[in-house]
Amino acid sequence: MIDKRVDDLDAALAGIAAGATIMISGFGNAGIPANLLRGLGSMGLSGLTVILNAVRRLEESDPVFFADERVDHVITTAFRGPGQETAAFEQQWRDGKLTFEIVPQGTFAERIRAGGAGVPAFYTPTAAGTPLAEGREQRDFNGQARVLETALTADVALLRAQKADRYGNLFFHGTQSNFGTAMATAARLTIAEVEEISAKTLPPEQVHLPGVYVQRILQAARED
Amino acid sequence: MAAPLTRDQMAWRAAQDLPDGAYVNLGLGMPVLAASHAPRDREIFYHSENGILGVGPVAQGLEIDPELVDAGSQRVTLRDGASVFDSAASFAMIRGGHIDITILGGFQVAGNGDLANWDAKVPNKGPLIGGAMDLAAGAKAVHVIMRHNNSDGSARLVSACSYPLTAPACVKRVYTDLAVLDVDVDRDGGGFVAREIIPGLSREELTTATGAPLIFAPDCCDLLAPNLA
Repeated sequence: MIDKRVDDLDAALAGIAAGATIMISGFGNAGIPANLLRGLGSMGLSGLTVILNAVRRLEESDPVFFADERVDHVITTAFRGPGQETAAFEQQWRDGKLTFEIVPQGTFAERIRAGGAGVPAFYTPTAAGTPLAEGREQRDFNGQARVLETALTADVALLRAQKADRYGNLFFHGTQSNFGTAMATAARLTIAEVEEISAKTLPPEQVHLPGVYVQRILQAARED
Repeated sequence: MAAPLTRDQMAWRAAQDLPDGAYVNLGLGMPVLAASHAPRDREIFYHSENGILGVGPVAQGLEIDPELVDAGSQRVTLRDGASVFDSAASFAMIRGGHIDITILGGFQVAGNGDLANWDAKVPNKGPLIGGAMDLAAGAKAVHVIMRHNNSDGSARLVSACSYPLTAPACVKRVYTDLAVLDVDVDRDGGGFVAREIIPGLSREELTTATGAPLIFAPDCCDLLAPNLA
């Protein structure tokens, strides 16, 4: 019998250890696993590597990640806080307490997709001829420079969806899926918070992410 | 006395070049304003890199859905015929050359079409790339909306970008508050061709305001935009 439902945040996040590499879905305010992030923040884990689109979303979800210097390394497309003020994570980078890798967003998504699909690396036109390609392995295809990019994987992926069934099948609403679909495939442990756990099994054609990629599901209402 | 175009007028002018049936990605800032100024009789599908093809107007009142946002994190609606998908699929659409036009903001455009629009080296602030590099490298045509000059008067249309590049040799057309210009691909070393200039600005003044070789198209005409409130 398969049942991936868990009762509470503790059960959802059990086993995540200090030093873990964690992928976090979300774009803008859509698909952010805000409940799971607050739970993770209260666990007090340090030495984390986080992989997420925009670092500011983690600080907004729970400032403790940077206030208590829990994060050592970030892989992201946007290492910038809002407005003109220097954000806590920007200050820690300037103080040498945190490192980051900045990645073009499409390359970011594709590296994660590759990680979940068993593809170790790929060539892409993005960033060719820019400072991000300097010192990187490049090759010409049809006379045009392409940059070698390597796959990303993680210990844990955290994401938010609209509906799930006990098999871990997920249905996304609006622009909720964003990076979560690929992140779920690239992590050893994928934890999804969902608005609703369906009493009935999801219709096969409405399964956006097959349950094979999801290990735990937690019902948790969106908070605004 | 020449009156430079407003932000909305620049976006309006860029929108007039979006053809019926086009799939278009609009960058943050001025480019996204183009959607509200495109001619109403054209069917245009706006792509948002977080996973929408067919972005509609900004959501109001009961339309607001917190889990439906565009790449600028605005809560939006979907137009008839729209679809939603994940980020990897969205960027495959971009990188695979399926988006006809992207309109981006810019810090600098060089006469060979180089674009710099992601890192202005602001002290105390980290870098932000987002989807700009993928769009600049992958869209079939890259158009840029930006002011012709910085507030200190220095040129943003330059011979070589001093800011880090977003992508080399990608820009086709630039809409500024003073002119509409094409990148001069035929010119050795690069330059710009002015297609339209705002009334009251002389060719000499535009040449002085431009930091790269500039010629004028034989049919170069007045850049006229409606008075947008």
